[in-house]
Amino acid sequence: MYRYLVKRLLLVIPTLFGAAALVFFLMRLIPGDVCLVRLGAGGATVTAQALHTCHVKLGLDKPLWLQFVLFIWGLFHFNLGISLWSGYPVSYEIATRFPITLEIAIFATVLSIMIAVPAGTISAIKQNSWTDFFVRTFAISGIAMPSFWLGIMTLIGVLNLSQYLTGREWMPPISYIPLLQHPLENLSAVFLPAITVGYQFSAVVMRMTRSAMLEVLREDYIRTARAKGLIERIIINRHALKNSMLPVVTVIGIQFAFLIGGLVVTEQVFNINGLGRLLVEAVQNEDYTLTQGIVLLVVTVFILTNLIIDIVYAWLDPRIRYA
Amino acid sequence: MAPLLEVRNLRTDFRTGAGVVRAVDGLSYTVERGETIAIVGESGSGKSVGALSVMRLIPNPPGRITGGEVLFAGRDLMKLPEEAMREVRGGDIGMVFQEPMTSLNPVLTIGRQITETIEQHRGADRVAADRRAVELLRLVGMADPARRLKQYPHQLSGGMRQRVMIAIALACEPKLIIADEPTTALDVTIQAQILALMQNLTRRLDVALIIITHNLGVVARYAQRVNVMYAGRIVESGTAEQIYHNPRHPYTVALLRSVPRLDRPRQARLDPVEGQPPDLTRLDEGCAFRSRCRFAVASCARSAPPLDPTEEKGHLSACFRNHELGVAMASVA
Repeated sequence: MYRYLVKRLLLVIPTLFGAAALVFFLMRLIPGDVCLVRLGAGGATVTAQALHTCHVKLGLDKPLWLQFVLFIWGLFHFNLGISLWSGYPVSYEIATRFPITLEIAIFATVLSIMIAVPAGTISAIKQNSWTDFFVRTFAISGIAMPSFWLGIMTLIGVLNLSQYLTGREWMPPISYIPLLQHPLENLSAVFLPAITVGYQFSAVVMRMTRSAMLEVLREDYIRTARAKGLIERIIINRHALKNSMLPVVTVIGIQFAFLIGGLVVTEQVFNINGLGRLLVEAVQNEDYTLTQGIVLLVVTVFILTNLIIDIVYAWLDPRIRYA
Repeated sequence: MAPLLEVRNLRTDFRTGAGVVRAVDGLSYTVERGETIAIVGESGSGKSVGALSVMRLIPNPPGRITGGEVLFAGRDLMKLPEEAMREVRGGDIGMVFQEPMTSLNPVLTIGRQITETIEQHRGADRVAADRRAVELLRLVGMADPARRLKQYPHQLSGGMRQRVMIAIALACEPKLIIADEPTTALDVTIQAQILALMQNLTRRLDVALIIITHNLGVVARYAQRVNVMYAGRIVESGTAEQIYHNPRHPYTVALLRSVPRLDRPRQARLDPVEGQPPDLTRLDEGCAFRSRCRFAVASCARSAPPLDPTEEKGHLSACFRNHELGVAMASVA
């Protein structure tokens, strides 16, 4: 098991290197020039001289291979470079945006697990009952509704409700306050987007839990458990749940990793300055270094999540643990 | 004294897309205390469904027990509330299933799967249950039982797993064990070991045993009484001796002829049971075996023959011509 873990951890290095190379060269395939964007922002014509000065300043005049080597060399020192657009270090830019995205992702994940796993399990146990139909309808709606629409509806709902209840319209605060500094303010900003995202998330997890549970409930060892005279709660909790969680854990992990870089639309709707928005801005501005930094972060999160999934797998299933 | 288990006219239906399947159709048999009986029949004859019906373990839907009584130690199991029935399962009646590979939970240790039964029925604490589990594993002939407790099913061989299943079935000192094809999934050499173990233990502990099997060899060696099952009911019942040497139902005769035997010349051809098992959605009032039967007469189509005594004591047959059959078979032998 430990050898397996070490092997998995070492594998992170080539994966990251591959991702770094890919994003470095792909970014440079996109037509456009950050200097043109910077200088021509006001619509003025740009002289060749000014363009060259800008290139030299940002290091874009160096040959491509040298730029790549410098980029990789920087990575070894945990130095992601300077944002070509803002002039701040990339790590600083990310550090200001990452916490809120991470917080929403974690909240949404926890929320959806708390809703989806019990709901999916009950749905499977009471297959084709009214409870099951209700849960399935709820889940299908979650998958069908686009997140921007759901987000807007949530906001309008909250506005109207607060107006109706207190006579004053209430909106979640726009600026990000760290959780530890002012928990209530922080949560009121994070809560709505977390619910919006968590609902969709839980819909997928719910369906997965239900189908995995239905499959497990047909297994021979469930029949054995019944033949032992165990009470239903133990049969479900001890015998069925652990077995049915394997595919569910995979889905949860992939979804979580996706939330780190993929919350662009939701962040837009709730006016949150998260990582997704930063990434879109970076690409639009031809900000090579910032894009590279964000992509690498997302890749790292993906790899770590997968690692955690594998560890959870091994914990759940002894056949993997002892393999 | 009343028998330990008396199954009377048990019926179980399955609702399927093709119609209602009458998997068990008026099943009746008895088991005395400490006795080993066999229920023999081909695939789809309702052997397993019959056993699961006794335990009320038929998944509903699609299955449903539609009638009959199962008298166990004086109580009708069909009428017990679910909670009392849970006490019977694993407590008074243990079960051993066909597939030791899939019948044990892959993510729980052997120990846990034994102790949970003890905890459930005896209210024992973890330490006492563990002690009992070690004792049980030793009883079923596993070396180093304390270490085995911490192992998972995938770390054991098929035979070992079946020993664990037997240990679970024996955990709460049941009066009856129902073994549903306990050796079908095992190697031939292991089969004999497991059967000998079950015979040995049930005798020593005075536990009655129902062996459900399609293997007539198993029956001959281990069962005191044999019930031959066809299309959801018993068609012949008697001692192993009677069934082997004086079969009184055409289906039993056909079944015996289809088994290779070392005491016959090798050139002798096997004689499979002709035709297909009947479609259980379309049974009529006549004998279910008549379309495959060499001895069928007109009356076989009118009504199903009841399970009547033959002239031998304790030997029953559900065939109108069972007396003639006895004479015919005697002349062939």
